[in-house]
Amino acid sequence: MTMMKAKAPVEVTTPSDREVVVVRKFNAPKALVFDAFVKPELIKRWLLGPDGWSLPVCTIDLRVGGKFRYVWREDATGTEMGLSGEYRAIEPPDRIVHTETFDDYSPEGEAVITTLFREKDGKTVVEMSMLFPSKTARDGGIANGMTDGMAISYDRLDEVLLAI
Amino acid sequence: MTPSQRLDATFVALADPTRRAILARLATGEASVMELAEPFAISQPAVSKHLKMLERAGLISRGRDAQRRPCKIEGEAFAEASDWLERFRDIWEANFDRLDSLLAELQAKPRTMKPAKPKSAKSTGPKSRKRKE
Repeated sequence: MTMMKAKAPVEVTTPSDREVVVVRKFNAPKALVFDAFVKPELIKRWLLGPDGWSLPVCTIDLRVGGKFRYVWREDATGTEMGLSGEYRAIEPPDRIVHTETFDDYSPEGEAVITTLFREKDGKTVVEMSMLFPSKTARDGGIANGMTDGMAISYDRLDEVLLAI
Repeated sequence: MTPSQRLDATFVALADPTRRAILARLATGEASVMELAEPFAISQPAVSKHLKMLERAGLISRGRDAQRRPCKIEGEAFAEASDWLERFRDIWEANFDRLDSLLAELQAKPRTMKPAKPKSAKSTGPKSRKRKE
């Protein structure tokens, strides 16, 4: 039997030209949510992207200056998308700062992601602030990086960028 | 407004579920403020406020008819922004929904931090699971 649960909304905002902020509430204490963001065996269960994708590679050296690497795979086509980065700050269970670049799409260098975990009444609000090197990198990151990357053509992206 | 300010206004406008619902309604055709307020449990002034934000973002336009001022979706601006935003949001929504399930599972079966009490023979009714009607 499934629980009666109203899905918590995902709040996505763009406080500046170079940022995207994602906020979501979870029904769990922050120590547990924090674990789910840093332990490979847990990350592999949820950070999968669009339907049909899996995360076969997830290696993490969890210390300041330590590197991590994720590789997603679209199981039907074998298409892969890799992401690497480095931890800048690790403050369990409150805060993580890391950098990241996609293998195939990192136009102007790395993005810096600050993830905050705030607990109230046993529930945890996670806020991920993604700071990109430029607006173009951000918009490209939104359109390509965290989606199924390969599907959108750069021509289409150019169109969009010209139109705005 | 610069194009980049316009885009930010668009993202802000799309971040709200009521405004997305209004857009979904307008995607089926023009409507007045009164018609838009009907399905939502909010007042006409509140709907008007949402419409102003959508209009500012270029996502809708208002008719000239002073009485009715029908609202119309502006497909082009909507397509530009919603493409990215919706794709981005969809990914994170799917990720976070899976994380919800994982967190529920982890709380239902606490790992071996402390010994489980012998009486919890089956894990069908964990105490952390709230019973809500």
